[in-house]
Amino acid sequence: MLRREGLSKLTGQERYVDDLPLEDFLWGATVRSPAPRGRISNIVFGDGVDWSEFVIVDHTDIPGRNAVYLMEYDQPALAPGYVRHVHEPVLLLAHPSREVARRALREVQVIVDVDPPALDFRSLPSPDLIQYGEDNVLKRLSIQKGDVERALAESPIVVEGVYETGAQEHVYLETQGMLAYLDDDVLVIKGSMQCPYYVVKALKPALNRSEEEIRVIQTPTGGGFGGKEEFPSMVALHAGLLALKSRVPVKLIYDRTEDMVATTKRHPSQIRHRTGVDENGHLIAQEIEVVMDGGAYVTLTPVVLSRAIIHAAGLYHCDNVRILGRAMFTNSVPYGAFRGFGNPQAHFAVERHMDVIADRLRMDPVELRRINMIRDGQTTATGQVIGDGVDRLQIVDRALALSNYERRRREHWLRNSEHRYLRRGIGMSAFYHGAGFTGSGEVMLDSRLHVEGHPDGKVQVLCASTEMGQGQITIFIQLAADRLGYDPAEISIAEPDTHRVPDSGPTVGSRTAMVVGRLVERACDDLCRQAGAARGAPVKDAIIAWHSAHPGERLLGKARYEPPPGIEWDEENYLGDAYGAFGWAAHVAEVEVDLRTYGVRVLDFVSVQDVGTVLNETLARGQVQGGVAQGISWALLEECVWKDGAMQNGQLTNYIIPTSGDLPPIRVEFVEFPYEHGAQGAKGVGELPLVGAAPAVLNAVAAATGRQPTEIPLTPERLMALLGNGDR
Amino acid sequence: MSDGRSDPLRISFTLNGEPTTVEVSPSERLLDLLRYRLGLTGTKEGCAEGECGACTVYLDGLPVDSCLVPAYQVRGRLVETIESLDPKGMAHYHARGTTQCGACTPGVVMTAEWIVRHPDRLETHTVRELMAGNLCRCTGYDGIIEGVEGALGDREAG
Ligand code: FES
Ligand code: FES
Repeated sequence: MLRREGLSKLTGQERYVDDLPLEDFLWGATVRSPAPRGRISNIVFGDGVDWSEFVIVDHTDIPGRNAVYLMEYDQPALAPGYVRHVHEPVLLLAHPSREVARRALREVQVIVDVDPPALDFRSLPSPDLIQYGEDNVLKRLSIQKGDVERALAESPIVVEGVYETGAQEHVYLETQGMLAYLDDDVLVIKGSMQCPYYVVKALKPALNRSEEEIRVIQTPTGGGFGGKEEFPSMVALHAGLLALKSRVPVKLIYDRTEDMVATTKRHPSQIRHRTGVDENGHLIAQEIEVVMDGGAYVTLTPVVLSRAIIHAAGLYHCDNVRILGRAMFTNSVPYGAFRGFGNPQAHFAVERHMDVIADRLRMDPVELRRINMIRDGQTTATGQVIGDGVDRLQIVDRALALSNYERRRREHWLRNSEHRYLRRGIGMSAFYHGAGFTGSGEVMLDSRLHVEGHPDGKVQVLCASTEMGQGQITIFIQLAADRLGYDPAEISIAEPDTHRVPDSGPTVGSRTAMVVGRLVERACDDLCRQAGAARGAPVKDAIIAWHSAHPGERLLGKARYEPPPGIEWDEENYLGDAYGAFGWAAHVAEVEVDLRTYGVRVLDFVSVQDVGTVLNETLARGQVQGGVAQGISWALLEECVWKDGAMQNGQLTNYIIPTSGDLPPIRVEFVEFPYEHGAQGAKGVGELPLVGAAPAVLNAVAAATGRQPTEIPLTPERLMALLGNGDR
Repeated sequence: MSDGRSDPLRISFTLNGEPTTVEVSPSERLLDLLRYRLGLTGTKEGCAEGECGACTVYLDGLPVDSCLVPAYQVRGRLVETIESLDPKGMAHYHARGTTQCGACTPGVVMTAEWIVRHPDRLETHTVRELMAGNLCRCTGYDGIIEGVEGALGDREAG
């Protein structure tokens, strides 16, 4: 099936929040902190502006609790007198002219008595920097398996490595934006978001309003990648506060620079590996320490750290594993959800480290992976027994075959010895990603979904899942059509509107097709039951007949999440079944390094993925290619430049994301191992492809240069430092 | 501080084939004129500085970034936006995954259709090179390039 809203997007008819027709409204703007930490001693309004034309909101205008609530109440909606990061919101302005509102921002001066900021997450802070708990540690987590101490002591070879990753900005092409207005007493919020019910959850305590008094509607969303998971709650709250004070509609749309410097990003990380191996390459012990920069507020950091440590040992079997994780408070913009959610950092480290170990042992890195790769019946670091029947070696073999791995290696070897300044290399990564929420997360979400049969026989799916480009609308229509034996043209998806659709959980974590898609199927089954459709008879006729017998009533099929049997997770000790299903994959990257410019070009990229049943080939392939592209550019191009806690390069001219010319064709193949509890056998597809891209690229650079890079982004500057001068 | 409300200029130009007369302020961008005053919201803003191509329109038949064009400069000229294209020409883009989130898409389609109308450019450049002025964060570009190749194939065949 073709993308349902595809033509509307291709012809420019799709209406995003900033496209909605609107009259008599105000443009909102956000005054932000110039300093990373300190007390606000004064706010000076410049003379050149007629401030009487403005609506101005500060923290005293917040009717409820001054917080953007999701996991904690620690992040203020507007700084109440003390700021903890540069660009923290302090005041809101609104004016009928966007130009005037934006210009006025420059005329407000927030004066801060600066306290020393904590800016380095790698080390424990000195006493004057402590602002969270006793040591600025936002969250500590650990996983224990076997006896690492003893096993390391007994290992004939111990290989150590430290791996670092930088912040990454989402750069969804549509910036954050919200529209807020009052409809009688109901505050209506419309905008770009992944999770309408998260916005409700944040607005309730801050505005002292009930769910009935807040109505959140998702507008078509121009990309999210996690960046529109928690942050839109902040934008919605700000727009809502301005609308409540001014009593007219308020549109708050970030421009690109504001979006880049002031919103969440991928957590920077430093990951340390100490690995015991025998001479043949068998893993004896893995000791891993994961340290992440959480930024100035908790946001989703504890869950990101959790996913990172659960995946940190890679898809290998090892009897002795200890993983310690900690996320640090720093005075920087809070880090948050970003496609992969901690797992790309974990896999960058472990998959780079596997190549470092292979190099130490003078062993083929593929062989090292092959002999340690987890097999059915073996356990992960949390003790989860893998038994999904997936042939992980087949995935690796397909990737090697498609990329001509062996032949390319030999060709490179010859070519590199002859060429004056170009070095080619090929590298791989093998990796996995747990689909859905961790542990008991899905049970807590308690997702619900309805499918409604209308009097004319047409069917509509009601859910809070959102379309942000990944294809949710199309997939849900496809699933419902298949289940009901319907023509997809007779099925639609209701606009995500919290006054109309049940809470089917957030659109995150590779859960939508697999978990919520399964609810679509079960709600369709319930619809058939409610309509009294006989087996084999057309459902449409039964729906129409039901309505003639029940005029004026609604016919709803309902489903509520039920955990697959046999899943047990011990949240206290991080033991057991972390995820119901894992997606497995292998990437191979071929690169060319230019020793004159220290530039790295990716020449070829092959991705082989098991995401369970592929529900829609074009959409799934698009997810893989887009995820790989973001992973390649995280590895090579995307660098946030910081000065005193402020991002210096908040523009697309100096924060570089790839153009078509910077990327190779990304070749994708699926190997399908269906998951019995996912919709039609599907597992998640959104995040997996990004996870292993960076280590594959860097492993190829290592093969090309004979050096072991440990830090991304591997910019020309870093590569030059690594290669030194004597490598030509 | 200037209030951004300096004297308006009255200009006439041809917009998607229709003669159009509007008053514009000297600092107004073509992008804002189209989006906020003429209701043509298909043209998007992605960066406001000529990097992303989401705001691509044709000016006298050539693709330009409308975020960089002062509105008064279109006086007497031909402006075409995504709304002027025939929806029937979208089949290949639709089938090959050219659009995901859609935010880059109108700009991408404007450039893509320009390539399709000027296939001579392919003698010196690849589709991949010609598309490099439009940033897309979703597709990794393969879906876009295949869409253009599909549309080019039609043109050759037809
Ligand atoms: S908005 Fe014009 S090029 Fe990006
Ligand atoms: S489709 Fe989302 S940016 Fe291109």
